[in-house]
Amino acid sequence: MTSKRNHRLIYDRTIPGHRGYDLPACDVPERPVGELIPRDLVRGQAPVLPQVHEPEVVRHYIRLSTLNHHVDKAVYPLGSCTMKYNPKINEDLAGIPALAGLHPMAPEELSQGLLGLLHQFSRELVEIVGMDAVSLHPAAGAQGELLGIRLARAYHDHRGNKKKTVIIPDSAHGTNPATAHMIGYDVVEVKSGPTGKLDLAALREKVNGETAALMVTNPNTLGLFETEIAEAARIVHDVDGLLYLDGANLNAMLGLTRPGDMGADIVHINLHKTFSTPHGGGGPGSAPIAVKAKLAPFLPTPTIAERDGRFFLDFDHPHSVGRLAPYVGAVGILLRAFAYLRRIGGNGMAGVSRAAIVNANYLMKQVAEDYPVAYPGPCMHEFVVSCSWMKKHGVKNIDVAKRMLDFGVHAPTVSFPLIVPDCLMIEPTESESRASLDELATILRTIAREAREEPDTVRGAPHDTPVRRLDEGAAARNLQIRWTPREGTEKER
Amino acid sequence: MSPYTGHSREEEPELLRAIGVETFEDLIAAVPKALRQSRPLDVPPGQSEMELRRLFLDAARRNYDPLSTPSFLGGGLYDHDIPAVVRHMTLRSEFYTAYTPYQAEVAQGTLMTIYEFQTMACELTGCDVANASMYDAGSAAAEAALLAAHATGRQKILVAGSFHPHHRGILETYGRPPGLSFVDVGADRPLTPADLAGKIDGETAAVLVQQPNFFGGIESIGPLAEAAHAHGALFVASADPVALALLEPPGKLGADIVVGEGQNLGNPPSYGGPACGIFACKRDLIRRLPGRLVAETVDAEGRRGFVLTLQTREQHIRREKATSNICTNNNLVALGMTITLSLLGPTGLREMANLCLQKAHYLAGALAAIPGVRRDPDGPFFHEFCLRLPKEASEVIGKVYKDAGILAGCDLGRIRPEWSDRLLVAVTEKRTRQELDGLVTALGRALQ
Repeated sequence: MTSKRNHRLIYDRTIPGHRGYDLPACDVPERPVGELIPRDLVRGQAPVLPQVHEPEVVRHYIRLSTLNHHVDKAVYPLGSCTMKYNPKINEDLAGIPALAGLHPMAPEELSQGLLGLLHQFSRELVEIVGMDAVSLHPAAGAQGELLGIRLARAYHDHRGNKKKTVIIPDSAHGTNPATAHMIGYDVVEVKSGPTGKLDLAALREKVNGETAALMVTNPNTLGLFETEIAEAARIVHDVDGLLYLDGANLNAMLGLTRPGDMGADIVHINLHKTFSTPHGGGGPGSAPIAVKAKLAPFLPTPTIAERDGRFFLDFDHPHSVGRLAPYVGAVGILLRAFAYLRRIGGNGMAGVSRAAIVNANYLMKQVAEDYPVAYPGPCMHEFVVSCSWMKKHGVKNIDVAKRMLDFGVHAPTVSFPLIVPDCLMIEPTESESRASLDELATILRTIAREAREEPDTVRGAPHDTPVRRLDEGAAARNLQIRWTPREGTEKER
Repeated sequence: MSPYTGHSREEEPELLRAIGVETFEDLIAAVPKALRQSRPLDVPPGQSEMELRRLFLDAARRNYDPLSTPSFLGGGLYDHDIPAVVRHMTLRSEFYTAYTPYQAEVAQGTLMTIYEFQTMACELTGCDVANASMYDAGSAAAEAALLAAHATGRQKILVAGSFHPHHRGILETYGRPPGLSFVDVGADRPLTPADLAGKIDGETAAVLVQQPNFFGGIESIGPLAEAAHAHGALFVASADPVALALLEPPGKLGADIVVGEGQNLGNPPSYGGPACGIFACKRDLIRRLPGRLVAETVDAEGRRGFVLTLQTREQHIRREKATSNICTNNNLVALGMTITLSLLGPTGLREMANLCLQKAHYLAGALAAIPGVRRDPDGPFFHEFCLRLPKEASEVIGKVYKDAGILAGCDLGRIRPEWSDRLLVAVTEKRTRQELDGLVTALGRALQ
């Protein structure tokens, strides 16, 4: 494979004196830098940066790009990440210069078109999740959580509530407990019941006057809808606690059921999942936080508001927690999400989740014989299977994941949720056709057969990727985290 | 059926049969009837591409036109040129539709660009270590404050009065719940060690300074870092990456952590986001570093490869013991910066910074010569400076725009009412002499 020779960094391609960009001559009288900046603060040694001409820069990044798997190439069934198709029109619309080029400190009168779009988006998002108000600030799901629990704390502090704990199911994503801790709450874990869902009896035992909030992902990380969510909300509300609904899995609920109607007080909406904005190799994301009216006074400022047909940045939240985004949020991402929202429309939302649910159940049925489902029964938009039976052949879930890469598809999420040993979490999304699901099912069944008959093939995977399995232990021991001149190109083979 | 959905409603019965159920309802029996959406969503019906384009273009026309409007707006976001290559590369599906590089064997492209970014961030800031990026400079500063508190076991953070007021707000949002207290030191002028006296003590976890500061002034990092260290506190600088082409990097002057805004290189302002926080630090803090980190390693055949490393610091392993909950980086924005710096190289970056410096000083001189206008605070600056006007800044900005179609700068009254006579003017390499002269003329006229 030719790509195996491509592991050179842009720094390795330096030819002294080369450059890929030029600037106009200075058209004002030029003065020595040392006259304008105190001499002791003038940079002594230039930063080491690549020296490469433009064609080489282009070739370099094109070559690197070919080493990636991506949604536009093939199925990406990464559970809980909702790797759906990223519509091209979104990129075009968000890239319109008179939107992308706007500066947030320009007078509001000169940005009415953009503010109008953001205002409509805010209103429609709130309707879709059944809440009353929204902050567009959070830059990612984790920051959305941080804001959500921060709001809960502001609410309790304002009311003089003496709250100490946040209750979190053991199936929760690791950001939930990390977030609660960052806001100064103690985490109380509640065990899932035998069906993989919230155990209300266990919950009642943990809920008391010190409960600030219950953080629940719905559908949960097993892909199961929390049937008793409304009762859980009542239990928490009875002690003036709040229900935080982690909207990571909102793609299963569009137009079908709304977090607000379940009793949620706070919900975050991962636009990079449900609303099709690209993952960008890890970001930028965006995760607006929607709240019920009682939490609106605490929202970060500014929000986007309208009065007499004029849109403006609204700083009038008397008990605001302050600021989260440097300006109003990841506007470039919000615009992409709004394009998607309007493309699907109110009448199309239910169809998105419906197709996602049908796809997940279809795929689950196709693979269930070889990959036992952790909690049998219909799933929502994703499901969790166990690879435990492969242990007797010396094969683990991570081996299956790596072997999938050889077949040109991405692996599911591995070893999460933590409550299912040796698991894979699979989310096909609504984007996949039946043919694409059949292909994925065939690959999974093939790997199951290999695990029985030729386990070494699976254990040694991947075989046909730009690099073979990488030594993570060595990486952590050596901690070589930046290019250094002495390395040069000697490692290239 | 939306054109993004993999099967039509006509195909559904067959899929349901294959699943072994009769109706879709059988799949969602777990969702109680009482919780079902019972009325149509109050959201307009789906629109075609054509209709969407019209909606967005109509909105775009109700804004100023950034392509034809000379802008002197800054305040942390600057109007630098974006090389044409950048958009072509960041719009490659392979980069923008990929996710976090969990499966490193099929994500070497992303991992290598991050490794390049980390190297560039180290070079610009003068630090040993940099992560894969964070959300923005403001939250990166907040994470730096949290890191300092954990590293020192102290709770007090001193923040320069010249720190970006919005970033200052983010510090509070992040830091107050876990018990950090923020104390302002100095005012709008560059900080001096004397400003720290009486406030810095054995309880101080960190001193936070911006370089150049919010009002454009250049800070003397060295003595401040020394003062912080003398009390066992960390020193944190939030620095503009373009300015660091000309200014001695804080990491070389004793800063323990350097953060900054990467959006300014290779990315449009996008009304403030998505942004990209640079986060760099000394080597001895690496195990406390928040966020993603990429390291070089070898594969099963001994070939060079790259992986995410030290994930044991992160929330999905440590859960409530993690010091930060961040689990992504603003990768595509970081990629824009990485490609831009690859194109510019050391010479191009220096030339860009020098054009900013020269033009800003030319303009500052001419504006300050207008009767009634003065630069305040004065002192050395890079490409941004603050003017005190004899009239409300908002009024002057409005007149200049109406008269000359120029955005004169940031009205600081929008940040604090008592700053309503302050105009913050930023100058980048994109501004021509004609535009600079145009602003001088228009501003003079607006004050008559």
